[in-house]
Amino acid sequence: MWHVGKVTALHDETATARTITLQVPYWPGHVAGQHVDIRLTAADGYSAVRSYSIASAPNLEGRVEITVERLPTGEVSPYLTQELAVGDRLELRGPIGGWFVWRPHQSEPIQLIAGGSGIVPLMAMIRSRASAGITTPFRLLYSVRDPASVFYRDILQLLSDRDQSVSLTYAYTRTAPKDWPRPPGRIDAALIANTTWQSNLGPTCYVCGPTSFVESATGLLVAGGHSPDKIRTERFGPSGDRR
Amino acid sequence: MTIVSRGFSGRRSTEDAKLPPGQYLTTDFPVLSAGPTPHVPLDQWELTIDDGTNQLRRWDWKAFRDLPTETIKVDLHCVTRWSKLGTDWEGVSVDRLLADIKTDASHALVHSYGGYTTNLPLKDLLNNQAWIAFRYEHQDLAPEHGGPARLLVPHLYLWKSAKWVRGITLMPQDKPGFWESLGYHNYGDPWREQRFWGD
Repeated sequence: MWHVGKVTALHDETATARTITLQVPYWPGHVAGQHVDIRLTAADGYSAVRSYSIASAPNLEGRVEITVERLPTGEVSPYLTQELAVGDRLELRGPIGGWFVWRPHQSEPIQLIAGGSGIVPLMAMIRSRASAGITTPFRLLYSVRDPASVFYRDILQLLSDRDQSVSLTYAYTRTAPKDWPRPPGRIDAALIANTTWQSNLGPTCYVCGPTSFVESATGLLVAGGHSPDKIRTERFGPSGDRR
Repeated sequence: MTIVSRGFSGRRSTEDAKLPPGQYLTTDFPVLSAGPTPHVPLDQWELTIDDGTNQLRRWDWKAFRDLPTETIKVDLHCVTRWSKLGTDWEGVSVDRLLADIKTDASHALVHSYGGYTTNLPLKDLLNNQAWIAFRYEHQDLAPEHGGPARLLVPHLYLWKSAKWVRGITLMPQDKPGFWESLGYHNYGDPWREQRFWGD
């Protein structure tokens, strides 16, 4: 069943990524980590559908936020990030996915590891935790190309400052801020050992990002003693020619 | 009622005619897995067939690779909406693996290293429709794509083509697998767009 959402706000996260807020009548609600399908339809009936992770916490108001990274050769993402305007209507289906989800009743420590725009479903988990008033300890390791590529910087800082039990580590792959303690580079065993939950605490790990990132991060977690069945992954990319 | 997206024209391709509804063409080979990639050493690899109680057949890697193989050229359709046309594989037909087994089973549950499962009607594994594939585009199948060996059942959405396959259980009735228990369609025919429960 396709729902029709109305665009109520647009916010640029970075030079190439935009958060779209939709108000969706009769939205059945979602769980943090789930995604939606978005359908665009041309005047002659041709349509294109792509999946996007939900960035917003579960709520009772029918509000759904997605953050879309513009892919230069994409078919749908350039429209969503450049053409779509407040007041437009957008078709969506969902929520979809019952595995890469975090529910507030989970009591174990949570390790989130994001590569690039893989932060989106993890942000929904952090927001879900905050809105449910849960104090389960969360850690986020967020790997990005450079400081300008960070999504949700202010809200992440706010949530981390307000509640010391959400800890935040940025890792930069290309360019780090001045005086950053770690030189730019991909995540490695030392970073995992120093900034993530140890396996003996029994955390569930959620890893989201491009395939090469997820392969690397999950390999490091397993090598660090984490049981593969406590590691949940969501992979994207190379994301196809026309996303 | 469909909403026309103001200013959207889309990008049609002549290949779209070959695609099931709602799919788009890619030349990449995206990876989708629920967890870490298992790395299975060949000297510990095995493939078994059982009936839920007794093991009926077992091959180690060498015995498996001694079986006659087939080359297969097929289109792949992923439920996440990408399709990839004309991919080349090499594998052992499931018909051959089940050839000498007498069974009244109607369904099969395919098991993977790492714990993944998927269910299919047994007839969808037979009649030259399914293979245990170990080479992709003339190379050994990479771990992230399911190596050493995966099921290849290309007439269904790709989640049915279980990566890192380790066994097939023959069952007298159906039983949902991993994604089939989490909202994905029990059968998964891309041409009927059977993506999710209720489709």
